[in-house]
Amino acid sequence: MEQNQTSRRRVTNPITGFLAVIGGWTVNAVQIMGDFGCFLFSIIYGIFTGLNRRTIRELFIQMYEMGTLSIPVVMLGGGFIGAVLAVEAYPQFKAIGAGNRVGSVIVISVVKQIGPVLTAVMLAGRLGGSMTAELGTMRVTEQIDALRVMAADPVRTLVVPRVLACIIMTPVLTVFSDSIGILGGWLICVGVEGVRNYPFWHYAQTGMDMFTVLVGLIKAFFFGLVISTIACYKGFRCGNGARGVGRACTEGFVAGFCVILLANFILAVMLNNIYIMLWPNQPSIL
Amino acid sequence: MPITSENSPDGPVIRFENVHKRFGSLVVLNGLDLDVPADRTTVVIGPSGTGKSVLLKHIVGLLRPDSGKVYFHGQRIDNLPEKEFEPIRKRFGFLFQQSALFDSMDVGENIAFPLRQEGGFTELQITETIHEKLSIVGLAGSERKMPGDLSGGQRKRVALARAMSMNPEVLLYDEPTTGLDPIRSDVINELILKLQKQFKVTGIVVTHDMASAFKVADHIVMLLHGKIVYRGTADEIRNCPDPEVQRFIQGRASVAELDALDRL
Repeated sequence: MEQNQTSRRRVTNPITGFLAVIGGWTVNAVQIMGDFGCFLFSIIYGIFTGLNRRTIRELFIQMYEMGTLSIPVVMLGGGFIGAVLAVEAYPQFKAIGAGNRVGSVIVISVVKQIGPVLTAVMLAGRLGGSMTAELGTMRVTEQIDALRVMAADPVRTLVVPRVLACIIMTPVLTVFSDSIGILGGWLICVGVEGVRNYPFWHYAQTGMDMFTVLVGLIKAFFFGLVISTIACYKGFRCGNGARGVGRACTEGFVAGFCVILLANFILAVMLNNIYIMLWPNQPSIL
Repeated sequence: MPITSENSPDGPVIRFENVHKRFGSLVVLNGLDLDVPADRTTVVIGPSGTGKSVLLKHIVGLLRPDSGKVYFHGQRIDNLPEKEFEPIRKRFGFLFQQSALFDSMDVGENIAFPLRQEGGFTELQITETIHEKLSIVGLAGSERKMPGDLSGGQRKRVALARAMSMNPEVLLYDEPTTGLDPIRSDVINELILKLQKQFKVTGIVVTHDMASAFKVADHIVMLLHGKIVYRGTADEIRNCPDPEVQRFIQGRASVAELDALDRL
């Protein structure tokens, strides 16, 4: 009786209750991070040890489904973003008498920042959602258990080809998005605003170097890794039934989106520091 | 390995020793002891949620016990690492409750999957195996159909053909007749009998379909509250005096359950 009263007091104490909630969240977060770490390790291990004929065949199928079929949507998004950039930036540049230089800001913005991030966000929605839903449905309908019973490692069979395809195709799609983004900007500047071709491309070229292109592609590589690993993890750990799959898709997209933004910031700072180390007399690329 | 009572040819194929399993606060297996004899069909019956499927998943290492031991031919398997479990799993076929056919593959590729996974088979051997297994389950000529185009009973039969493709020593059937009409259920029952008689496969069938249990069982065990509460032949269980067993096999609700309905 006395024990019951003590435990009731413990539960109703707001400070203890608050600490218990914080503690619960912390334990949960550490568990999820540990579990995700193990999952990531098994993927990396699978990439280096588990590639066989079937995995490679599946890799090409996934590259087609993730990459080739995503080209239209990625190009559409990239094209309009480049055009909007031109519409917004040209009047500002024109006002200070530098309308001809608008090409450089469009190219740098698209190649270094907007292209990779926008492509990654679109792919997180399109590919991440479909990967989580597909793997989640396979888990709910016992197909993943069936793979294990048939002595097939589900991570090597299902996850490794998807992660590899996403890592390869995200930079490729980013190149498509960047190219059409620059063309979208060119169309507005040259076709609508009357900037001549030579100054547009001249300043576009001066704003770029190999390292700038590399920054965008390195980011795209990591974004591909983030999208695919989070999506597959959520699919493998999804709850039961249609609701479990739906919730896993939403959580996968939200987590993927947040980690893309965080990774973009971290990579920008890291790559900028590398640039300063390599070329100390050049201005920062941030 | 020395011959002991556990790994001798006459010993049980599978043995559970005091196995406990819980999910959070829910106790599912509570000190389960079970011996599964070779070349016979053992049927595990019991109400929904008593851990019948959990029991099956322990045999192939999809779940591991919290405590207790699981043996296969006298070899302890519950503590084997995932990699060492793989050769053991190849000796089992598993018919899943929801069939678990791979949606992205056609029927033929589903049946070929374990063979391709194992490796060392020519395309001709794989094609012959697909044809043979589909003929056994009465679905010859369905190789190119997709799982989505099949009825529930056909999916179960294809899943059974896949489970048999490596000629396993033990076949595990998780609710093989659930969701099927009585005629389709009987087709599946006949298949289980045929496999046992023709290929001497050791079978473990988990079900709460009593018509199916009585038809296919050499032995019936009843699982209740995480323990085996009764074991015997089909005739023995029919005449069992235990009221709990009789209530289950006759499908009668308890007085408490009926009272709860009256209060609604």
